[in-house]
Amino acid sequence: MTLSLGKDLLGLEPLSGEQIQLILDTAEPFKEISERAIKKVPTLRGATIVNLFFEASTRTRVSFEFAEKRLSADTVNVAASGSSVSKGETLVDTARNLEAMRIDMVVIRHGASGAAQFLAERIESNVINAGDGTHEHPTQGLLDMLTLRDHFGRLDGIKVCIVGDVLHSRVARSNIWGLTKMGAQVGVCGPRSLLPNAIEELPVQVFTRVEEAIEWADALNILRLQLERMTAGYIPSLREYNRVFGVSRERLERAPRDLLILHPGPMNRGVEIDSDVADGPFSVILNQVTNGVAVRMAVLYLLSGGKPELAESAKGGGGR
Amino acid sequence: MADEIVELNNGTDNLVIVGIQRRGVQLAAQIVSTIIEREKADVPQGALDITLYRDDLQTVGPRPVVGQTQIPVDIDGKNVVIVDDVLYTGRTIRAALDELADFGRPKRIALAVLIDRGGRELPIQPDIVGKKVSAEPWQRVDVLVDELDERKGAIIAERGDGT
Repeated sequence: MTLSLGKDLLGLEPLSGEQIQLILDTAEPFKEISERAIKKVPTLRGATIVNLFFEASTRTRVSFEFAEKRLSADTVNVAASGSSVSKGETLVDTARNLEAMRIDMVVIRHGASGAAQFLAERIESNVINAGDGTHEHPTQGLLDMLTLRDHFGRLDGIKVCIVGDVLHSRVARSNIWGLTKMGAQVGVCGPRSLLPNAIEELPVQVFTRVEEAIEWADALNILRLQLERMTAGYIPSLREYNRVFGVSRERLERAPRDLLILHPGPMNRGVEIDSDVADGPFSVILNQVTNGVAVRMAVLYLLSGGKPELAESAKGGGGR
Repeated sequence: MADEIVELNNGTDNLVIVGIQRRGVQLAAQIVSTIIEREKADVPQGALDITLYRDDLQTVGPRPVVGQTQIPVDIDGKNVVIVDDVLYTGRTIRAALDELADFGRPKRIALAVLIDRGGRELPIQPDIVGKKVSAEPWQRVDVLVDELDERKGAIIAERGDGT
């Protein structure tokens, strides 16, 4: 068993199908830990992890924090506001100072694409990308894939359509890379103004009408309109977006099969997704959140400790 | 071994059998079906994967594969019997005891192993032993089960020898 993830998790694009499979398979037994009365295992006892969040986040930050705590790691949260970042300190200086306090891992969210890699190349700690600009959000892609696999029993051959603001979405990119490596077919659907220019270069099918996407897909991953990243007029109005691209019960009822509904959150109800879809019988949006903790525990476990030169002693099994 | 387990616990009331991943789970299943057959009583069965409780995780190379843990009943006040294939250093059992403590506080925990090969590094002793052998540190003792190995038995081999 020599398969490992290396030092960092920066995205799903650089990973192989086998590595993604390893993370998903490792996440499976971690689900059970969160169901115990005592939700804690001693695996990362003594490890110190810094959650460095330069952008607002509730779900992802809390999910990472739960994952870290349930593995017994010590955690510190640093937010950009109220830290020395707001005094003009650079990203690398912030991280080097944290590293001087002897930390083991950094979980970073940053508004600039490539920030996680930039950091990973400059510090010795393991770096986990929790979302960098419009680049990737690998753990979100992984938890989406775990949720899809829970439902369909496999990823190979299933059709997943990503609907909405693909242009600004790191979630879309991680899903496209991860799902295609695992043999799934991926579609994207949205107004032309919210699809990347070079979308044809990605291994995806492009839909410009949501009705066609619904007819094609087994599952929809519905993205939030990222109004905070929109600097120009990408869409005429939210009401019009909802009328043309919103996923409603009426639209889903015309589909040839029941579609699984995913959304990475936070949801804009009544914009990209209607409430009766979000709360409907085929919604697995809260399963995604539950799976997020297990996937992040798996990633932390796989990246932690373990120096390659000690690989031989692992094979000995450590005695029984 | 099934008879000894029933005898040790004064019957099957409050008995829970927990196998350690991987081959302890299959042995536990055999023991449970034997008890059910002979005693006509249902005995809950669980599985324990101790990887996340290992004391050498900080030093071993690529992360070991984690298996499924499943404790289907509340173990508070129960008589738990841990089942494993081979008892060697005792470190696995130390980890299993720690993990069980996270699920509850059994009245009593006993240990049943198919083979005790000696070589303990911790003060842990089995209550029930299928067979005692004395193997040298450079030897491996492996138990084979139908479900994983397509045959039953036990072998002693030199380390590094795949057979």
